[in-house]
Amino acid sequence: MADAIKPREATEVREAVEAAIAEGKTLEVVGQGSKRAIGRAAQWDLTLDLSGLSGVTLYEPEELVLSARAGTPLAEIEALMAEHRQQLAFEPIDYGPIFGAAAGRGTLGGVLAANLSGPRRLVAGAARDHFLGFSAVSGRGERFKAGGRVVKNVTGYDLAKLAAGSWGTLAVLTDVTVKVLPRPETEESLLLFGLDDRAAIAALSRAMGSTGEVSGAAHLPAAAAAKTVVASLAGGRAVTALRLEGVPPSILHRRNVLQSLLKPCGELAVLPEEASRTLWRSIRDVTPFAAAVTGLERPLWRISTAPVQGPEIAARIAAGTDVSILYDWAGGLLWALLPPSDDAGAGLVRAAVAACGGHATLIRAPASARATVSVFEPPDPVAAMLTKRIKQNFDPQGVLNPGRMYAGV
Amino acid sequence: MSRLRMPEADRTVLERREAIVAALRAIVPGEGVIAGEREMRPYESDGLTAYRQLPMVVVLPDTTEQVSRVLRYCHENRIRVVPRGAGTSLSGGALPLADGVLLGMGKFNRIREIDLANRVVVAEPGVTNLAITRAVEDAGFYYAPDPSSQIACTIGGNVAENSGGVHCLKYGLTTNNVLGCELVLMTGEVVRLGGKHLDSGGYDLLGVVTGSEGLLGVVTEVTVRILRKPETARAVLVGFPSSEDAGACVARIIGAGIIPAGMEMMDRPAIQAAEDFVHAGYPLDVEALLIVELDGPRAEVDHLIERVSEIARACGATTLKASTSEEERLLFWAGRKAAFPAVGRISPDYYCMDGTIPRARLPQVLARMREMQQTYGLRVANVFHAGDGNLHPLILYDANNPGELERAEAFGAEILKLCVEVGGVLTGEHGVGVEKRDLMPAMFDEADLAHQQRLKCAFDAEGLLNPGKVFPTLHRCAELGRMHVRGGRIAFPDIPRF
Repeated sequence: MADAIKPREATEVREAVEAAIAEGKTLEVVGQGSKRAIGRAAQWDLTLDLSGLSGVTLYEPEELVLSARAGTPLAEIEALMAEHRQQLAFEPIDYGPIFGAAAGRGTLGGVLAANLSGPRRLVAGAARDHFLGFSAVSGRGERFKAGGRVVKNVTGYDLAKLAAGSWGTLAVLTDVTVKVLPRPETEESLLLFGLDDRAAIAALSRAMGSTGEVSGAAHLPAAAAAKTVVASLAGGRAVTALRLEGVPPSILHRRNVLQSLLKPCGELAVLPEEASRTLWRSIRDVTPFAAAVTGLERPLWRISTAPVQGPEIAARIAAGTDVSILYDWAGGLLWALLPPSDDAGAGLVRAAVAACGGHATLIRAPASARATVSVFEPPDPVAAMLTKRIKQNFDPQGVLNPGRMYAGV
Repeated sequence: MSRLRMPEADRTVLERREAIVAALRAIVPGEGVIAGEREMRPYESDGLTAYRQLPMVVVLPDTTEQVSRVLRYCHENRIRVVPRGAGTSLSGGALPLADGVLLGMGKFNRIREIDLANRVVVAEPGVTNLAITRAVEDAGFYYAPDPSSQIACTIGGNVAENSGGVHCLKYGLTTNNVLGCELVLMTGEVVRLGGKHLDSGGYDLLGVVTGSEGLLGVVTEVTVRILRKPETARAVLVGFPSSEDAGACVARIIGAGIIPAGMEMMDRPAIQAAEDFVHAGYPLDVEALLIVELDGPRAEVDHLIERVSEIARACGATTLKASTSEEERLLFWAGRKAAFPAVGRISPDYYCMDGTIPRARLPQVLARMREMQQTYGLRVANVFHAGDGNLHPLILYDANNPGELERAEAFGAEILKLCVEVGGVLTGEHGVGVEKRDLMPAMFDEADLAHQQRLKCAFDAEGLLNPGKVFPTLHRCAELGRMHVRGGRIAFPDIPRF
């Protein structure tokens, strides 16, 4: 592993980037390194470790806003928000289980740079939708800020959107501000059993179009369902799950709405609060495909598509190989577990996505595969040109995480 | 008219006007090119009517192919282009340039697809915001962002401005509700960003195009998500003896974990004007009025209305009325929604500001505004999206009195600087445009603005698309591209060297 620089102040981040520019070196930008195995397999000269930039700098629960230094552990932020019955509504995935690492790691800066989200993405947005503002050091060695600390702001370009999901390739975040929201008072889930993929997604679509206000809509085919808290309820069948969150009288009412709507779809059960939380944590973190269950060698793809196209993409991949799927976002998010192969199944997955629309990211694969296939969705030629120019304008010498997303970016 | 420095007209372009008009007619036939002074008059300003400028020529394309060819032609011939939707911008985002082509998108007015299974609508950019809801409401759906101008403003303009509305605390701004677009770059190249799926597989280009005020590209198709219409909605009308009490009540409601669908505040002059105009039943003996709306299942709304009412009483509310019918709820809103025209009745002119502040600073900001009223000798009525801290002070003036417009503008600028000073921003939903362009340095330093412009340079390196908007100075991209390396300086002497 490369030597590490561990700045304690934003000015030291700038000095590190300036030095890298002056000496023609590249930097790997990391927080706690919890997502280090994601991205193209590339080599960097030095590690810029941001875990020393830590601490919540502003938290005003009644203003729904929290600012922290980028390297602040997510766990610390979640504990603080919990004291005020608040949360990050976008429900960021914890990648620990997928990579066979400890759970509960990661920094707020990392959550934003990777634009993480979870089951509630469907109704509450992703990290991008809650990222209000930041200070950063660009690959030019200049400190700059964007956005603000208020939830409604259209002053200047929305550079927080650009930073979200740029995986540290444009700028090193040093301070970030996010919107926080109240935690729902309680939750429960409604389960349907034994549906095939298409019937399940059709049921989820009906539920999403109802007044049931569903905040999580997933389908676990039998193999995935068997590895969750609902395994014994499922008894070898697939499980289709709908989450209801809010105040108790509201949940009771919406349960009735959904039960009468979905009765024709098959047997229904109600999963109470605690088991519901456990189930949705499994779905968020994709634990049925955790390294401890499947091993690290089997490639895992994350595919975002139009919800009704989910089963079609799955069928196309299944026509070419032995694939296991877990559906979230009412069918719009597929986690696809493939058998090991030289290209990690990229040919099949990319062809299916090209035919049905959406984008796919190879989240877990051996470094050899990540060195040869495109990990992120290859952009079309015009988007690729814009991507390269943005990188060139923010990081002309390619100092920050070069090659992590795309060759030459 | 007040003074505003716009990019100097390019004489060599103006000299070629006849040839340019002919070339554009070859691309967009028939009535799609307007070159007569009288016919161009409706395009000389947008919702910010203090500024007017006739464009060199107006072009109204109706296919992506035409947009692409017009832009490619203008790019090759170094002609500036100003895109325009319905022209409802309150910040001058569509103000024409004397040497520029005004690209009107009004003919793109079809809804292309309603996809209820995926809960999306694909629309051309000239479709109005409200028309999207109208197209899906029979099926029980709606499009959530609801700017006050929704009957007229277009979805393409909403994308350009990242428009909000009274319900965005709970449902988000345009950026949170747009899934995809087709975009034509200044070079004429066409790119699709996003689609019916969520998030981007690479850089979030859709995210930066949204709210870019027509400086990055021209949107020719938009895909938005639609939501199931809530089962019911109720509003509660609460009067307070001071705006401090009202502000505290807003904080307590949110602190209690309740995110209302809408939460609006009005001060005494705004209440008075609105009540005189629409007779909504507003109390006239209060300093501040809150409208809190809850939506969702009936059981939830009834439950939360009770909790909001308890909190309001504990905060010293002197009047409290919860709507018991849809008619009553709409009546509560009628006053608020008519606040601008109501103010228009009591003053010959008014100037609408749009800063956002951290809500806790409201009493301080209101107190300072009262002082400023003395200084400038002008009155202010305040309406306020209280939930998200977005202030709309309406400065009352009379343009017929020499110097009053300039005083109103100076007053407005001072209010916006105050918003920034207390931790807020220059604009919450109206955009920077030309109106707040020269105030940008109050919020952003040189490096901040340079990085924003570096994004611009990636999309439009020659700066031909909507110049004179957003940025006080548009630097040349080559100049922004230069690196200033502090050569040989050793950082981190105590860490392992490279």
